Amino acid sequence: MAEQLVHVEPLTAEPGGSGPVVIFEHVSIAFDRKTVLDDVSFSVDHGETRIILGPSGGGKSVLMKLANGLLRPDSGRIEVFGQEVSSMPERELFKLREKIGMVFQESALFDSLSVEDNVAYRLHEDHVPEKEAHERVVEALKFVELEQAINKFPSELSGGMRRRVSIARAIISRPDLILYDSPTGGLDPITSTTIIELVMKQRDVSHTTSLMITHRLQDAFTLAMNRFNPETSRMEPIPKDGVDESTKFLVLNEGKIVFDGTTHELVGSTDPWLRQYLS
Amino acid sequence: MPFVSPEDFAKQKVAAVQDYSILSWQAVSAIFSRPRYWADIYTQMDSIGVGSMPIIVLTGFFTGCVLALQSATSLKAFGAISMTGNLVALSMVKELGPVLTGLMVSGRNAAGMASELGSMKVTEQIDAMRALGTDPVRKLVTPRLYATIFMLFFLTIVADAVGIAGGALVSVTLLGLNASSYFHASYRALEYADIVQGLTKPLFSAFIIATVGCYFGMNTKGGTQGVGRSTTQAVVISSVFIIVVDFLVSRAMIGIFGR
Repeated sequence: MAEQLVHVEPLTAEPGGSGPVVIFEHVSIAFDRKTVLDDVSFSVDHGETRIILGPSGGGKSVLMKLANGLLRPDSGRIEVFGQEVSSMPERELFKLREKIGMVFQESALFDSLSVEDNVAYRLHEDHVPEKEAHERVVEALKFVELEQAINKFPSELSGGMRRRVSIARAIISRPDLILYDSPTGGLDPITSTTIIELVMKQRDVSHTTSLMITHRLQDAFTLAMNRFNPETSRMEPIPKDGVDESTKFLVLNEGKIVFDGTTHELVGSTDPWLRQYLS
Repeated sequence: MPFVSPEDFAKQKVAAVQDYSILSWQAVSAIFSRPRYWADIYTQMDSIGVGSMPIIVLTGFFTGCVLALQSATSLKAFGAISMTGNLVALSMVKELGPVLTGLMVSGRNAAGMASELGSMKVTEQIDAMRALGTDPVRKLVTPRLYATIFMLFFLTIVADAVGIAGGALVSVTLLGLNASSYFHASYRALEYADIVQGLTKPLFSAFIIATVGCYFGMNTKGGTQGVGRSTTQAVVISSVFIIVVDFLVSRAMIGIFGR
């Protein structure tokens, strides 16, 4: 059952071939002469969920913004869907970002727009007919179990609801890559689990490639050791202490990669810093 | 506050001028290609133009009143009190109307733009907009720029008109002048060059208000404290720029028209 859920062929085709979706090659960036990322290299394969762990200030959010072309590296090369984003003009980046959904750390919902307009933002930009846009908004809000909040404004929502709206906004265009920047940051454990369940649902139902930053080890391991059951619409542990093979880890510390590998490799690592971080 | 070397300080200032120039150019040129956000332009016209109307009417009116009142003393000494309308009209149309309207709109809207865009910046809404495939300059800056240019032009005309009316009220009720001769003097005082000068200035002022307000908003750093800092800087710098550019435009117009 676990294998059936985990090893289903991807529903979304990867634009630009079957190679890695995201490639970082020797990427470095500094702000005010302070190095934030130093010679970072890794790749994320199609259908993979890459959890990015590390202490605060380690460059995780910067890495996420680099992947979306919101920042440009000082040196190195970043490829997304086979296109080099590190030197791409902003106008071309707007086209590429149609395939990328992003959930921001503090949700970043537009204050002046209702939940419906926030979620439908990209559809309105693409001049999707109003009726179709509304139907897709309702569908996306149902996915995050928040369809009752469609007419509310961001100021009327709780932190957890904002994150769920943010996820709905990220998935409405059915992206091939989703970037989650600390989707559970600052939330209580119950709400965090709800958000992780949504990330898992997106992983196991749509098989979307994703990068997820989290500070909570519990969330990371919940995602790695559970699967989403579409029949019960709930997450459940993978039997026999199994782990989801498509979920991998990247650990950053002070701008450098200290770990890049699978859940088993992370748990079995003998690196003293990593063991202390995980304990 | 950390000490910044003169070299770094100079580099920061040059980089800021460069960023401001790039933002201004992008905002101006965005109107010539798709997508164009007409709804946002109309919304901003309402917010900037209609929203600023009360302060412009009050400022213009009382400036005209006080101008008539103050000038009457000097004009009386030369037996030229009948020239009050002449002086009020020329002062309002050539100088006080455009400059005061610019300064008032700067105080209201440059601050509003800097704080609104600054808040969006620090809450990552600008990044979210880019991540959703929208150019924030095209969506946020261009509508504000063209709306300000269009509306400030008409706000200046309103300020000039109510200023002359305010001068008339004081001249008739407090100075005992004849309303007809006041307006006749006002009308005769104004020449084509004066009107052109008075209506060229708001175009420059509007450009300064919108681009400076948006520049500081889009480059806000440091949370809510940063938003406050950006707002203050936007108002101070746009106000100073308006007065400096007013002088330069006045000099250029005098050079062209001879008055």
